[in-house]
Amino acid sequence: MNASVDLAPIVALVGNPNCGKTALFNALTGSRQKVANYPGVTVEKKLGRLSTPGGRAIQLLDLPGTYSLRARSPDEEVTRDAVLGKLANETPPDLIVCVGDSTNLRLALRLVLELKHVGRPVMLALNMMDIAKKRGIEIDLERLAGELGVPVVSSVAVRRGGTEQLLAELDRRLADLPEATAADWTAPDASALRGAQREADRVLKAAVRMPAAPDVATSRADRILLHPVAGLVILLALLFVMFQAVFAWAKPAMDAIQFCFDWLGDFVGSLPMPDLMQSFLKDGVIAGVGSVIVFLPQILILFFFILVLEDLGYMARAAFLMDKIMGGAGLHGRAFIPLLSSFACAIPGIMATRVIDDRRDRLTTILVAPLMTCSARIPVYTLIISAFIPDREVWGFVGLQGLVMFGLYATGIVGALAVSFVIKRLFWRSAIGEPFMLELPDYKLPQAKSLAVGLWTRAMIFLKRAGTTILSMMILIWALASFPLPPEGATGPAINYSIAAMLGHALQPVMAPLGFNWQINVALIPGMAAREVAVGSLGTIYSISGGKEAAEQIGHALAGQWSLATALALLAWYVFAPQCASTLAVIRRETGGWKFMWITFGYMLALAYVAALIVYQTAAALGAG
Amino acid sequence: MADSSTLALGTARVGFRGRILALDMTRAHGAGLPASELERRLLELGFVEGAEVELLHQGLFRGDPIAVRVAAATIALRRREAMAIMVSPR
Repeated sequence: MNASVDLAPIVALVGNPNCGKTALFNALTGSRQKVANYPGVTVEKKLGRLSTPGGRAIQLLDLPGTYSLRARSPDEEVTRDAVLGKLANETPPDLIVCVGDSTNLRLALRLVLELKHVGRPVMLALNMMDIAKKRGIEIDLERLAGELGVPVVSSVAVRRGGTEQLLAELDRRLADLPEATAADWTAPDASALRGAQREADRVLKAAVRMPAAPDVATSRADRILLHPVAGLVILLALLFVMFQAVFAWAKPAMDAIQFCFDWLGDFVGSLPMPDLMQSFLKDGVIAGVGSVIVFLPQILILFFFILVLEDLGYMARAAFLMDKIMGGAGLHGRAFIPLLSSFACAIPGIMATRVIDDRRDRLTTILVAPLMTCSARIPVYTLIISAFIPDREVWGFVGLQGLVMFGLYATGIVGALAVSFVIKRLFWRSAIGEPFMLELPDYKLPQAKSLAVGLWTRAMIFLKRAGTTILSMMILIWALASFPLPPEGATGPAINYSIAAMLGHALQPVMAPLGFNWQINVALIPGMAAREVAVGSLGTIYSISGGKEAAEQIGHALAGQWSLATALALLAWYVFAPQCASTLAVIRRETGGWKFMWITFGYMLALAYVAALIVYQTAAALGAG
Repeated sequence: MADSSTLALGTARVGFRGRILALDMTRAHGAGLPASELERRLLELGFVEGAEVELLHQGLFRGDPIAVRVAAATIALRRREAMAIMVSPR
């Protein structure tokens, strides 16, 4: 991971957003990539390895896309500091390759002019040369190199052999690298930018002949896809399909994974070994790992859609269409897809917030994503609703149970919008008007290899990073529910003698105003592992055998034990409570630190408590206590 | 520039074609950025005096945001910020 011990030269890829830089990076390095975080920031560091035809090993660094070195976001700060060699503990790049979209070179040329001032060798790779040729764009490479004063090569990231020229040039350049000179780059003011853009326009005019008409396919597609009404309808339809896919297509794979882990658990359960050991392996490790991996199908399907839409160039358009609607709640247009995915599960949703460039917009989205009603809440909701809410119709046609379910979903959405509104207005007031400005790239067909590499990288990140944190939390929760062991001859369920039970009793004074008894408090603790686990735990605590299939019996038992007010308060609690260790672990991972994990935990807990308190006290006052 | 046909891009209709005459930050009231920062961001996205622009699309609500063709690129921005871009029709 530490680049400073690796002696292979470092080549940094820099370029405008949407220039095909990541596709080029994937084409050059394949799966030989490492994704880490730059220390202290949430920015991803993507480093890959490759060998040139000349046998030279190279470390390739994919830096965040930018229009200039004037950093406006943490991502762009990394790019600036990396090319200037100012990143602590990072070896500065030996060579900078500026990647430009051959069909849209104007802004890339200005960036090249800026990069010439960082004191390191620079070259320009003209990407997507095939598309440019097809459209009749003629680029005089020699003239361009002469005018810019840097070597220029063409590349086609998406075609086999399309990177030959670039690799050959890398070989040639790295064989005889000039010494880095002192950087004379300073943040340009408006007049410097004007001057640089005029110079870039002059170079462009001298070396590139554009056809009269812009890309016909893109403008035709946009006439429909960006139509104020039709565009929104198509976006919603697309999102509906996506949502369905995450929910439905993932189901067989998730069931299969669940089945495997259940089988593995039963297998371990049948082996002769000490009870404690067995419980640790079965309920701690296997159940813990299983509860993480079961989300993988959803994550892969969601990221498949996101990567396709991103590569296609549609994501920026979705943000364009949703900007006004989301903006009302203080959310960025791009927050729409992550929030929608969070209805399936907050984990892929939070991981999907990577499509939001602005750090504050992204953090706001991460903070509210867990309020969206995820699928793990459904077992808890259905259990309590079917046990306590009468199955009858209101207003003649609406089922009361369904109405309560809808109300729970709506409460989550309203809660999320309200929280994001408060965050924006109260805490990040200075950022109120953060403008919406982004390029709408021409549509391009996504490439299978780049997609596969992208999905593979996401899957690995999820399994490795979140897996370790989540697993350790699962084991902690198992330990809380298992120790100390029940005394000899104990009759009640083992959990009743554990630290979890002690905590349940200790929490009693605090939770009593919500109408929660100690049994509920205890069930909430293993319910931290995953929300639906609380259902099984309630069964265990009320000594109901039969496991998951016994939900109906649990419902009957609960109906006899709890008041309606308690049941409603528990529903309100579940809308808001941070009852999911996996989500918290992913927040920690995605925000690069504990701070936002604790903020999420704290504010959700506070909301849950207040909501349950209001519901219980109101219901009790109305005679449902 | 004081020509009567001069207008702010933020007030233009879909289909408008023209050329950028000047960037005038005093007109972008309520933009979320200080004038010097807004000007530099617009420049970095290619809104430079002399560039050809065409207003291609607009959003459903109050015609916001807008998608503008600048030379060979398409940039989405809000009308509030586009008020700073003074254009003359072609």
